[in-house]
Amino acid sequence: MNNIVELIEITKSYRRGSEIISVLRDINLSIPQGEFLAIMGPSGSGKSTLLNLIAGIDRPDSGRIIVSGIDITTLSEDELARWRAFHVGFIFQFYNLIPVLTAFENVELPLLLTGLSKGERREHAITALKIVGLEHRLNHYPSQLSGGEQQRVAIARAIVTDPSIIVADEPTGDLDKYSAEQVLDLLAGLNSQFNKTIIMVTHDPRAAAKAKTIRHLDKGILNATRETSF
Amino acid sequence: MLLVKLLFRNAFRQRLRSILTIAATTIAILAFGFLRTIVDAWYSGVEASSPKRLVTRNAISLTTPLPISYKDKIKKVRGVSLVSYGNWFGGIYISEKNFIPNFAVEPASYLELYPEYVLSAEEKKAFLQDRKGCIAGRKVAEEFKWRIGDTIVLKGTIFPGEWEFTLRGIYRGLRPTTDETQLFFHFDYLNERLKKIYPQRADHVGFFLIGIDDPRRAAEISLEIDSLFKNSLAETLTETEKAFQLGFVAMTEAILITIKLISYVIIIIILAIVANTMSMNVRERLSEYAVMKTMGFSWPHISVLVFGESLVITTTGAVSGMILTFPAAKIFVDAMGTLLPVFNITEKTLILDFIISIAVGISAGLLPAWKAINVPVQRALTKIG
Ligand SMILES: Nc1ncnc2c1ncn2[C@@H]1O[C@H](COP(=O)(O)OP(=O)(O)OP(=O)(O)O)[C@@H](O)[C@H]1O
Ligand SMILES: [Mg+2]
Repeated sequence: MNNIVELIEITKSYRRGSEIISVLRDINLSIPQGEFLAIMGPSGSGKSTLLNLIAGIDRPDSGRIIVSGIDITTLSEDELARWRAFHVGFIFQFYNLIPVLTAFENVELPLLLTGLSKGERREHAITALKIVGLEHRLNHYPSQLSGGEQQRVAIARAIVTDPSIIVADEPTGDLDKYSAEQVLDLLAGLNSQFNKTIIMVTHDPRAAAKAKTIRHLDKGILNATRETSF
Repeated sequence: MLLVKLLFRNAFRQRLRSILTIAATTIAILAFGFLRTIVDAWYSGVEASSPKRLVTRNAISLTTPLPISYKDKIKKVRGVSLVSYGNWFGGIYISEKNFIPNFAVEPASYLELYPEYVLSAEEKKAFLQDRKGCIAGRKVAEEFKWRIGDTIVLKGTIFPGEWEFTLRGIYRGLRPTTDETQLFFHFDYLNERLKKIYPQRADHVGFFLIGIDDPRRAAEISLEIDSLFKNSLAETLTETEKAFQLGFVAMTEAILITIKLISYVIIIIILAIVANTMSMNVRERLSEYAVMKTMGFSWPHISVLVFGESLVITTTGAVSGMILTFPAAKIFVDAMGTLLPVFNITEKTLILDFIISIAVGISAGLLPAWKAINVPVQRALTKIG
């Protein structure tokens, strides 16, 4: 199968004062194109660290990370930033929309880095908002939207550049059950209908159950693959 | 455009904080522009001076006179086209509060030498023909509601007695920098009376005013004039009108330096205020910059956002400050009367106001921009707001 993400012998540790905390040890992971992967594990096990490495917002101590054929560990900061603009869509636990921009403007924002014309940007942003079912809330500010709606805008923002991978760190962590369900269905839909590769970190077994694959991270070690019933 | 929208909205996000900061900038620019204008007013005599005019006075001091007979010798110096002369009269109009610089001058040559004092042909003729006539600047005439034909009485201080003149003309300044607060009358009128009451003081002048053809020869001509009277009883000191005026300003230099210093202290204070506002604004939004960094935005865009926001605040304040300088100056001038003869807000002051607002905006944004650019991207994972 065609792997979109390859992690080879990844180690990562943090220094806390004089102490060195080893977070990830010799992680090897292949994620095929079109995967919907859930990473679970106890708090502090390094899930977010792993996700950040894949998304190119953190760097490993050693090992290689290859995303759609590019070894991102060799890129400079500026190259990495540019790479993220085209290859990664982020979904955060706290949605993290820009409060002074409308839903539409929030979704348009990442397109500023793509060189699309204003008209094309508008078209893409509206399409993304249609996919998440919020085309009627274009001019609403984040504060005028519910948590679930904000997270759906954030999903539109993550997919609007058509990135290679979508990463989500606890995307339902701050949502009520109903909204969480909606968001997860949306992610599952993006995966099944548009063949988007999604990597999601979650604590919630029900959320993980929506993924195609669940992997457990414990004490820096990634446990064997377990297919879900989805 | 979206970035511009974002930076404008960011600038007004903490509305009260932004309004207070803009108000502070407005007041600072107003104060700065105002103090600069006061300094300019002080230098107005220097500004208005012509490079084609020299002033000859007694080398001992400004108040020591020179014999009027020097005139003919000065006239013969090559390059001298015109010689006028006069005295600082120092007369008081009604009360000492009323500050009207007044001079006894040889009228025909003086008016020729100072084309910036504009009189109508009839006024000029009437003034030249009336030995007891005088002319006054538009501003004094307005202030004291003088009309042509009015009798004006000055109380002499240097030349005691009551001196009566008939107002024959009201001159206007050719340029905004021209002093319109002075009064001039015939030197002969003064001299003839002196001959009667203080004969030893007659036939002496306070200064000669010399017109030259070629400003480049000013230094040379000055030296030549002074050499004529070397080792005589009254040695002369000749300098350009500008140097002469600067000599006056130098007497009050300490005040000017203080005013200038204060004006720059104001700028430093406003820089501190704007920098504080910007650092609070940016600190509250670090997670947003981090989120933008996850999307691939880096220093160019983030700099635009931070510096743009800072500049929106400072230029908004500066423009309102600049606009307010005009009514403020008007109120000030009305209150001061003729004390500061020329009080004009110059283009230079406005340009300086604007440059300062840009410089303050950029300086105030430096540290916040650096912080925003270098925020760890992981910060994006924390909650915004
Ligand atoms: N920037 C950092 N500096 C120092 N230590 C860090 C840093 N980031 C993470 N850690 C440490 O690394 C370990 C793994 O952190 P990480 O955030 O990846 O865990 P997690 O599995 O996502 O936990 P949670 O479920 O609570 O989000 C933790 O012990 C954490 O304290
Ligand atoms: Mg985490």
